[in-house]
Parts: sequence; C-alpha cells; structure tokens
Amino acid sequence: MNSIAAATVDVPFTLPIVDYNAIAPILILLGAGVVSVLVEALLPRGSRRFIQLFVVFGALIAALVWLCTITGVRVVTAEGAIAIDGPALLMQGAILVLALLGALLMAERSLDPSGDVFAARASSLPGSEDEKQFTARGYLQTEVWPLFLFAVSGMVLFVSANDLLLMFVALEVMSLPLYLLAGMARRRRLLSQEAALKYFLLGAFSSAFFIYGVALVYGYAASTQLPVIASVLTAKPGQTSLALIGMALILVGLLFKVAAVPFHQWTPDVYQGAPTAVTGFMAATVKIAAFGALMRVLYVGFGGMRWDWVPMMWIIAILTMLVGSIIAISQSDIKRMLAYSSIAQAGFILVGVIAASPAGLAGALFYLIAYGFTTIGAFAVISLVRDESGEATNLSKWAGLGRRSPLVGGVFALFMLGLAGIPLTSGFIGKFSVFAAAIASGDTWLVIVAVVASLIAGFFYVRVIVVMFFTEPGPQTTSVVVPSAFTTIALAAGAAVTLVLGILPQPVLELVSNAGLFIR
Amino acid sequence: MPAAGVFSLIWLLIALPLFGAAVLLLGGRRTNSWGPYLGVLTVVGSAVLAVLMLVAMMGHPAEERSVGQTLFTWVFADGFQADMAFQLDQLSMVFVLLITIVGSLIHIYSIGYMSHDADKRKFFGYLNLFVAAMLLLVLANNYLLLYVGWEGVGLASYLLIGFWQIKPTAAAAAKKAFIINRVGDVGLSLAIMVMFVTFGSVSFSDVFSQAGEASEGTLTAIGLLLLLAACGKSAQFPLQAWLLDAMEGPTPVSALIHAATMVTAGVYLIVRSNAVFDRAVWAAGAVVLIGLITIFMGAIIGSAKDDIKKSLAGSTMSQIGYMIFAAGLGPIGYVFAIFHLLTHGVFKAGLFLGAGSVMHGMKDNVNMRRYGALRGLMIVTFVTFMAGYLAIMGIPPFAGFWSKDEIIHAAFERSWVIGAAAILGAGITGFYMTRMIAMTFFGKARWEDDVHPHESPAVMTIPLVILAIGSTFLGMALLFWGNIETWLEPVVGFSSNPTPLSSTTLMAITLVVVLIGAFIGWRQYGSKPVPVDAPSGNWLTRAARRDLYGDLVNEVVVVRPSFTLARWLTWFDSSWIDGFVNGSAAFVGGASGRLRRTQSGFARSYALSMLGGAVLIVAALVLVRLS
Repeated sequence: MNSIAAATVDVPFTLPIVDYNAIAPILILLGAGVVSVLVEALLPRGSRRFIQLFVVFGALIAALVWLCTITGVRVVTAEGAIAIDGPALLMQGAILVLALLGALLMAERSLDPSGDVFAARASSLPGSEDEKQFTARGYLQTEVWPLFLFAVSGMVLFVSANDLLLMFVALEVMSLPLYLLAGMARRRRLLSQEAALKYFLLGAFSSAFFIYGVALVYGYAASTQLPVIASVLTAKPGQTSLALIGMALILVGLLFKVAAVPFHQWTPDVYQGAPTAVTGFMAATVKIAAFGALMRVLYVGFGGMRWDWVPMMWIIAILTMLVGSIIAISQSDIKRMLAYSSIAQAGFILVGVIAASPAGLAGALFYLIAYGFTTIGAFAVISLVRDESGEATNLSKWAGLGRRSPLVGGVFALFMLGLAGIPLTSGFIGKFSVFAAAIASGDTWLVIVAVVASLIAGFFYVRVIVVMFFTEPGPQTTSVVVPSAFTTIALAAGAAVTLVLGILPQPVLELVSNAGLFIR
Repeated sequence: MPAAGVFSLIWLLIALPLFGAAVLLLGGRRTNSWGPYLGVLTVVGSAVLAVLMLVAMMGHPAEERSVGQTLFTWVFADGFQADMAFQLDQLSMVFVLLITIVGSLIHIYSIGYMSHDADKRKFFGYLNLFVAAMLLLVLANNYLLLYVGWEGVGLASYLLIGFWQIKPTAAAAAKKAFIINRVGDVGLSLAIMVMFVTFGSVSFSDVFSQAGEASEGTLTAIGLLLLLAACGKSAQFPLQAWLLDAMEGPTPVSALIHAATMVTAGVYLIVRSNAVFDRAVWAAGAVVLIGLITIFMGAIIGSAKDDIKKSLAGSTMSQIGYMIFAAGLGPIGYVFAIFHLLTHGVFKAGLFLGAGSVMHGMKDNVNMRRYGALRGLMIVTFVTFMAGYLAIMGIPPFAGFWSKDEIIHAAFERSWVIGAAAILGAGITGFYMTRMIAMTFFGKARWEDDVHPHESPAVMTIPLVILAIGSTFLGMALLFWGNIETWLEPVVGFSSNPTPLSSTTLMAITLVVVLIGAFIGWRQYGSKPVPVDAPSGNWLTRAARRDLYGDLVNEVVVVRPSFTLARWLTWFDSSWIDGFVNGSAAFVGGASGRLRRTQSGFARSYALSMLGGAVLIVAALVLVRLS
C-alpha cells in the first residue's frame, strides 16, 4: 500500500502514454456515438434517420478499415489498461462485421406494415392513444443508433480491457444500451418492456458480483491490472483466499454475460422479448465480447490458478450444455428455442476455454465467429416470417414453410444444420476444433458429455427442418415477407459464411491460429 | 516415357466420351434428335485418336512404347498418394483400340437398332459413359484409378441391362448383375488395401517393382482377391450367374459390354497384374482351375439354351474361360489370353450384332425354335454370322483359329491333362455353334404367324460386314503382321516351352474334335426337323437350361441366409436399439419438461438462482482449495 501513497505524494503528474493508433477503432466508435447523440439533439426529426445511418455505417466501416491496418500491432497501452493483441484484434474485427450485419437488420423498414422494427416512441404506454398517434404520424425512435454505437464501442473495449476496472466500465457501456434496445420492440411491447426490465435488474445484479470480485482481488494484489495480478499470484502462492473468492465473483459476472448455467435464466425471456433485429445483433456480438473478456481474465489474470478454476468450469460447462440442450427440446417458440440453443452453444465454447491451450483458444475464436454469423442469419430469417400480428415465432406456424418458400426455408435449414454442427457447415468445424483441443488437453470426458449434448441438441435443430419441409402446410402456416436489401445482405452474408467456413475453413483456421495468445 | 506429341492427348481419349455422356444425360429430352449422333461422334473421335496413337507408338522402339501422363494428384494423405495419371503401353493400346473401334461400330449399329426408342439419347449417354469408364479402367496407372473405371463400367452395365426397366425381368437382371458384381468388387478393394499395406503404394510401377520383396503368402492373398474381382466382372465360376440374365439389355449392349469389352476386364486385371501371379503359384493355379470350370459350364449352358442371346452368353462365358485359363498359365499364356480376347471381342461382337439383326427382323423374338431358313432372307446377316461362326469354332484361317490354337498349345506346354480339357471344350463349342446356325438359318421356317423376316438397314449391316472382315482376318493380321507376341512381350513377358506333341499334330487333333462336335450338332439340329416346343431332354440339358443351378445355389447359400440374418437384425434393431433410443429420448423429453419449470418468468427467482450459483461457485472453489 505504501507504493500508492508514495505515488500520490512524490511523483508529479505525467500524461499517460497512449498508443492512439492501436486504439483508434475504439475511439472512432466512441466518437461516432457522441456525434450520433448530437445529431439527435440538434437536427430536425425528418433528416435524422438518414444521417444516423450514415454515421453508424461510416463509423463501423472506418473502424474496420483502421483495424485492417493495425493487424500486426501487439501492445499494452494506456498505462496498462488496454491490451491490443491478436485475439483482441480478431474479436474486434468479428464484432465490427457482425455489428454491420446487425445494423442492417435494425435499419430494415419494409417488413412491418407500419415501418420500423422499433417502437415509434419508446416512452409511450403500450396500447395507449399516444402510441397510436405517434405511429400514425410516422415517428421514428432514432435514438437506437447512438445506443447501438455505444454498445458496440463497449464490446470492442471489453475484449481488449486489461484492467478489471476498465473492463467493468466497458461492461456497462456495452450493457446499458442493450437493456434499452431490448425494450423497444414495435410489436408485443409489453413483452419487450418486461424483458428489458428483467435484463436490466439481473444485469445490475451480476455487475454487482463483478465489481465486488474486483474489490476483493484488489485487496489481494493491490492492483486491478491482470498481468500484475498474475505476477502477484506467482510471487505469493500461499495466501490466495481473497483472490480465489474475488475471481469466483468476477466469473459470475462474466458467466452471466455468456449465458452459462446457472446464470442463464434471463436469456430466453430477453431473446424472445427484444426486437428480433436486436436479438440477432446481441446474440452474436455479446457472446464474442463476453467470451473474449472471460478468456482474458482466466488466462492472463488467473492462469496461475488454473487448477482451481478448471474443476468449477467443468461443472459449469456440463450444466450449460445439458440444461441448454434439454430445455430447448420442449420449446415451441422459435426465438426461445434459439435462446436455449445459445446457452448450449456457450457450453460448447466453454469446452474450448477449459482446454486452456493455444488450440483451445483458436478453436473457441473460430467457434465464436462461426456461431455469430449463423445466429445473426437465423434471427434475420425469423424476422421475415410474419403474420398480421407481427412475427410468427410459434413453431406451429412454420409447418410446411419450406415448401411454400423453398429459398428462405433452405437457408434457415442451413443455419439449423450449422448450429447443430453437421459437416460442411461452419458449426462442424467449430465443434471439431474445440473438442479436438479439449481432448488434447486431457478433457476427454468433458468432450464425451459435449458430444452427448450435441446429440440432444441435434434433435431440436433438425425438428425445425422437419416441421418446415416434411409437414403439410396447415391453416396456421404463415408466409414469408420479402425484405429490402438491408436484411437480404445480412442474410446472404450469414448463409455464405456458414457454408464457406464449413467447406473451406482453412483460411479462417489459420487466421485464428496466427492470432496468437493474449499478451500480458 | 513422358507423354509428348499425340500422346499428350491421352486424357482426351476418356474426356471425349465422358463429355458426350454429360451432354446427353444432363441435356434431357432436347438432345433426343441430335444426341445419338453426338454419342457416335465422340467415340469415333476417340477411335481416330487411338489409331493415331498406335501409329505413333509403332514408331518407337519396343522399350520406349510405354507412355505416362499425370494430370494431377488425386488423393494425397499422409503417405498415401494416388494420382489422376494414365499409362498407355502396348497392353493398354490394344484394349483402347478394341474398345474404341468395336465401340464405334456398335454405336453406329445402335442408331439403327434403337431408332424407334423414345429414350435413345439416354441409351447413347449410358453407352458413352461406359466407353469412358472402360477407357479409364485400361488407361489408369494405379489400382485406385482402375477401381474407379471398374466401378464405372459396373454402373454403366447396370444402367444398360435395366435400360428397359419397365420390364420387371430387366430390372431384376440389372440388380442381379450389380449385386453379384459387388462381391467381386469387394475382392478388388480388399486387394488394393492389401497392396497399400504391403507396398505402401497402389501404383502399378511401385507394386510390380516391389512384388519380389513381398512374401508368397501375401502375394497369393492379393492374387486370389484379384481373381475374385475378375470372377465377378468376367462372369466366371462361381460368380457367373448374372451374365445370362444380363441379356435382358438391348442387343448392342450385350455385344459391347457383355461380350466384347467389359466382361474381359477380369482378363485385363489378371494379365496386368502378371508380376503378382508370376510369384504366386497357387493363385495362378486357381486361375487355371476357374477358367477350366467356366469353359465347360458356359459351353454346356450354351448348348441347351433356345434363346439365341442366352446361348451366345453361355458361349461368352466359355470363351472368357479360355482367356482366364490362358492368363493363369503364366508367361506362356498371357499373350494368348490377350490375343484371344481381341479376336473374340471382334467375332463375338459380330455374332451378337448378327443375332440382333435377326431379332430385328423377327419382331424381337429370341427363341431359336421359332427361327429357321433365314439364310435366304437375310443374306448379309447370314454371311457375316457365318464368318463369326467359323471364327469362334476355330476353323482356319478365321480369327479364332489362331488364338484358340495358341491357347491349347500353351496348355499342352504346361500339362497334357489341361490341354486335353481345352480341346474338349473346343469340341463343345463346335456343337453349340452349329446348333445355333442350324436352328437359325437352315432347316424349315418355324416363324410365328405375323412375322415377316427382312434384312436390316445398312446402318446395321455395315458394322456387321466390318466385324465379319475382322472375324476373318484379324487373327492372321495380329499374328503374322502385328507380331502380337513381340508387341506385348515387354509388358506381360513371354516364354515358350516344348510340348509333348508337335504343333501340327495338336492343330490337327483340335480340328478333328471341333468337326466332330459340329457334326453332332448338325446331325441333331440340321438334318432333322427342330420341334417348336422344346423336348424335355436329358438331365444335363435340363440342368443347363436352368443355368446349371447357379441361381439355386445362390438362393440356398446366399439369399436365404441373408434373409434370415436380416430378419434377425430387424428384430434386434426394433426391439433393442429402438428401445434404447426411444427410451433415452423419452427420458430426455421428460427431463426437459421438468427443467423448464425452473423458468418461472419471475426476475426474483432468477436472481435467487444466480445467487445460489455464486454461493456454490465460491464454496466449490474454497472446498477444492481446502481438500
């Protein structure tokens, strides 16, 4: 503790050294978020949507382009708070591309007869006279775009946060806008608002665990920087009780975000209630960001306590895979089914995390990318299947859909096969990579459980295909709305990546292997 | 020698008919009008190319005649490599010529024969597919690629036997051919695996150059497996049963695939693998034995059938038996196996096409008891058929005489017992072929009422004439002008031993036996009226009419036990496996129903579960640390 007292007294204040080049993508997004807020504040209502889309896509593309110029950078900057390394850059890139697809889905206007996917005024009471008037006047809730940009900036910061405090800040910057976005559905607004509130309450609860854990770890190591924690762990191996409990609480916060059992229960409610475009966006990107942070904490900060956390993570992974797969079987709502599917997938990715080897890291990264594209594509399809009350998410309304709309049905079947991990789709390569890495690390029994869970999960993925193609269309069967270019592009990208990564995975496999490890 | 000049086009030999097949089979009905001509053109193109290559090859000295062409590495996996690579040597060359030239003639003939068929483009597509696969089979430079061609011809054969699949008999015959061939194919695939395990490679050059280092037991195993493969494809005992049924296919198919080319693939396989059989005495002995058995089986079946095509099919079995027999004799026989294969390919194609021409004029009736006295009405068919008849019996100077005589001579070089057996087989050949001629072209007309026999159109008779010329002169041409022994010797080896009797004496004895057989045949069927309804006959005739009980044996030995096994497996599957699967599915479903109740929808219970989880995690970590 003396060192801190000394620091405040003796050393004159010096500017922190920041490698602006390396963190420019984060800054671009944050800057664009601010611009986006100003647009909302200063510009007339009619011109906002166009300008906001310009800012959002411009910022995402600019950040992505900048990212491509710094692929070789490996640096810890901002006084040790931010680590830009191979995995961080890769995940930032994946988040940005998926955010682009998510933005396309959110910008879609030709699906709902009354326009946007978001409520005209989020503040109006559901079903009230106000709401009808706002809708009739064609109001748009363009505030979703600054929220979206802050969420994305939080994610890209989250995967490169090297300091637990910054990680907490990033977590909140990412989460708070998502809570709001989840409550803005144009249709079924009560469900949407309930989901947002639940998400917020439980998210706040988990954040409390996280920050308490950070405090305990600081008590042990006198620092919140992950590399410092690691070196203190090696220096003082005996007295780690504080660190142990602190780590456990930090993990609770992170496992909540990846939707691992028993911290998963928000997932189905939120996935179902949120606007489908937002669900697709956050299902794909939050998973990547949360796993990025989880792996950085486990590998960089608490790598020295591997033998403490591996048994616990084993149990969590097994529970996550089995509970996710088993409950998904009895779901009749397709969005809820995909929510449980995302829980089960988190369990499969945890298998790669537990391997704690370069191959496991590479496998988990590949899996996250593959899962992200497939999931966002699947939710894009769900947004197309509609009846007069909005999206028709009940599985009974999908009966025979593949026969009426073979193209959309076929694409959705591809996504289901991808999630089930059938060969020639990206899901198979992803599962294969993480399972192979886990076996190489000696976790054979975990892989056996994972394969059994995949088997169970295969049932409900294939069931959707059976319902779509091998059931006669009934009176309830809905039709598919033809989307504009926005959704079409996102859908095509999701399908293309699912297929290409299944047939020619080598370039991406090399990319994730060459990304290397987290730096300290 | 790497491929240069015209040899750089080896791939085109296969690509041309493959292209034709692709266009015809993918193009659908719109190719119906011009498709058949495209099919003919691609094969004729390959034939022209083959002749150019023959000329180029003859320009090289004997040791430089083997040409290799590697297109790309086809399979490469950790020590195993197979290339998409071709090898054109003297042995492949004669096969390529046989396949493309006889193939061209049969394609041309088919224009006439199939002119009324609604699906003729499909027919030509399949024929082209067959030619491509057969060329791949004989041009491959490794066993794996050969296997692709081997399966390809099997597929084409299946499709063509069942071409008129609306007839249940044709569909059944196609299935039968396919399934019996699978037995042989398993032999070939196992042989390839043993080769890979033993030699670490499946290319001809590696296997043959290392064959001396392998143990004789391994080589015998490889040899016997290859023999099994040959038995399937070449309809040798005990896998002979499919060939007679295969006559359900259109007659040009019987001529091309089930007489001239595909059924000789087994002979090619054995002769090609001579390096294995030369070092595996027992395997070679088995080859001789199988050949001998089939010579007699085929001949006896051919003597009893009243269906002209089935009689010819029995004859084909028997003649291929001669080739297999010769191939089993080793270096004294390989050359003559191929020699007989070439002459047989030509004269048997001629005989089949002649039979097709007769059927064409007889409203597709195949029963020879309903023929008779056709020699005056179908002069071209009659004369060309006679050329084939004299050739297959081995009457000098027709083609079969030279090749069969050499085989019998080679058999005597080994032992007088098998030599005598080979002569006896030739005698039976004389009998059944004379019977066929007598019943078809001589005697009294026994036609059904509404049949008006007529000669076939020129597009059918011209190929007959060409094949007849081949049946007459090919033997002499290959022996005296082509020097078949010296031509093939660099590839298959050739040696000659002294025989107990002089060549002239052997020739004379053979001729006398053949003429005795022919005389008996004439006395039975030529000089006496032929009853329209078949007499019951003696026990051998009755057995031969039922293909010497080949189907009965298959039924008892294979089919019924298979059914029993299948029934037992079905029971096991439905009661045990399904029981386990359904039981575990019910268990998981029940678990799902119970687990989903934890999802109450209340944020407070979710928060409680999170808290519980956090407590458990902390407790577990501390417990792990303490223990």
